[in-house]
Amino acid sequence: MEYEVIVGLETHAELATITKLFCGCSTKFGVEPNTQVCPVCLGMPGVLPVMNKKAFEYALKAAIALNCRIDEFTNFDRKSYYYPDLPKNYQISQNYYNLGVDGYMDISVNGTIRRIRIHNVHLEEEAGKLIHPEEISADYSLVDFNRAGVPLLEIVSYPDMRNVDEVESYMQTLRKILLYAEISDCKMQEGSLRFEASISLRKKGSDKLGNRVEIKNLNSMKSVLKAIEYEAKRQSEVLDRGGTVDRETRLWDEVSEKSARMRSKEEAQDYRYFPEPDLLPVLINEKWLSAIKASIPELPRERKQRFMEVFKLSDYDAGVITEEKVLADFFDECVKILDRPKAICNWIINDLLREVKDKKLDINNLPIKAKQLAVLVEIIEKGTISSTIAKEVFSEMIQTGKGPQTIIEEKKLVQISDEGLIEAVITKVISSNPDAIEDYKKGKKNALTFLVGQVMKETKGKANPKIVNEILAKKVGI
Amino acid sequence: MKIGKKDIEYIANLSRIELSEHEKEMFVHQLSDILSYIGKISELNTENVTPMAYTIKASNVFKEDIPEPSISLEDVQLNAPDIKGVFFKVPKVIE
Repeated sequence: MEYEVIVGLETHAELATITKLFCGCSTKFGVEPNTQVCPVCLGMPGVLPVMNKKAFEYALKAAIALNCRIDEFTNFDRKSYYYPDLPKNYQISQNYYNLGVDGYMDISVNGTIRRIRIHNVHLEEEAGKLIHPEEISADYSLVDFNRAGVPLLEIVSYPDMRNVDEVESYMQTLRKILLYAEISDCKMQEGSLRFEASISLRKKGSDKLGNRVEIKNLNSMKSVLKAIEYEAKRQSEVLDRGGTVDRETRLWDEVSEKSARMRSKEEAQDYRYFPEPDLLPVLINEKWLSAIKASIPELPRERKQRFMEVFKLSDYDAGVITEEKVLADFFDECVKILDRPKAICNWIINDLLREVKDKKLDINNLPIKAKQLAVLVEIIEKGTISSTIAKEVFSEMIQTGKGPQTIIEEKKLVQISDEGLIEAVITKVISSNPDAIEDYKKGKKNALTFLVGQVMKETKGKANPKIVNEILAKKVGI
Repeated sequence: MKIGKKDIEYIANLSRIELSEHEKEMFVHQLSDILSYIGKISELNTENVTPMAYTIKASNVFKEDIPEPSISLEDVQLNAPDIKGVFFKVPKVIE
């Protein structure tokens, strides 16, 4: 039987605030466990939460960027469940009046645009982190509450995706929007961006959806895609056998690349949502909303469009440069200093990105400054150094962090354009290679290339190739 | 609304509390009484009345995103039933 795969995604993104959602504790990642906690985020009796304005505004930004409807009234609800990573035994979240609803995000899949609807965008608090001892026999788990209370944005899509290509594009596009709008740092390895997928199958041609299965514990985009493929196959096998797919939650195991059903007891959820009495509602007026709207920087699609229109970059080049916000920012900074967009773009794509990839550098920490690259391109255009030497200078820049001028001076790499000097070298090269001249006269054109090479070797690559060619041509009598 | 023993057991499970048979029986009656008393409200016509969750007319209370000191690890662990090193120790969580 042929089935259509129906996928919806739930995304959690930790917001880029420096303090938690309801207290003044720091959100810094990777510090000693249980050192960024206080009575509020530990859920001590009698404490009161106070909403972090910046976190709320980041969530608003996301709702706007995802084209949501934002109602004037929004509030917070308690979601009750018992789990050791949740100190209060309830999570402050939103259920009845989400701050953003009915939005959409356009994604590009193999050159076509697909619109994926967003069910809602809401704000909630992060849970703590559970650590399971390595020894299987250990009868305990450990808890670190440093993440508890960190502001968390949840974005729920409609089940509008039909294959893994769409899912991948959705995840990438969403990540880029959150990064460009400076809402979250989106570091999946640190857990600040996470996805959960719900998957169901539907017989081709039918409009009846099968039971939905939720997959959790997906630690990378790759895991999400693998888990979806695995689950689609599993469900189609169940259906082909004449069985029914149970509505359940499954956990993905990255090592075995399989999912397994969560124990049904843990699955039996009754969250008993009710309005959080410790927090007042939030009213959003037009003035506030337009101020937030105005604070949203250029988003990835607009940026790509601008690079193509203003700087005449190709679709491909603009796509590569805007893939990472840091690169797009770097490019903008470079062209502001030197109006040579095409040359700068080539250096970024061909050389900078290669260095980043080869040396496994962090893209967020580029090894050179925009000013340095702009100066390098300017020096090449002026003819001070040849493009071959420029590559050498560039890799030296990456290694030492020095500016191009310093390197050129230190290594005496300035291009030789003095015709007298070049002619002297050419005379020397010709006299020591009489065979090459003979070959050339016999019609071997590449003998000339050989001579140019010898001149370059003599001058350590510094001779201006254009002048070398001119003088050489004259000498051999073309 | 009629409350049965099953409901009491369900609620007890959600709240992670253990009840004796005697207590279950007792709560069946008590909760039924409470619910029928509260049930009086449903005699009122609440059509076109939005549910009220807040009794004071205030909104938009915020704090700024400015860090404040956390408390010492010693104080953090003071009320913990069990600890191990810098962590809280809890019964094994299996997934």
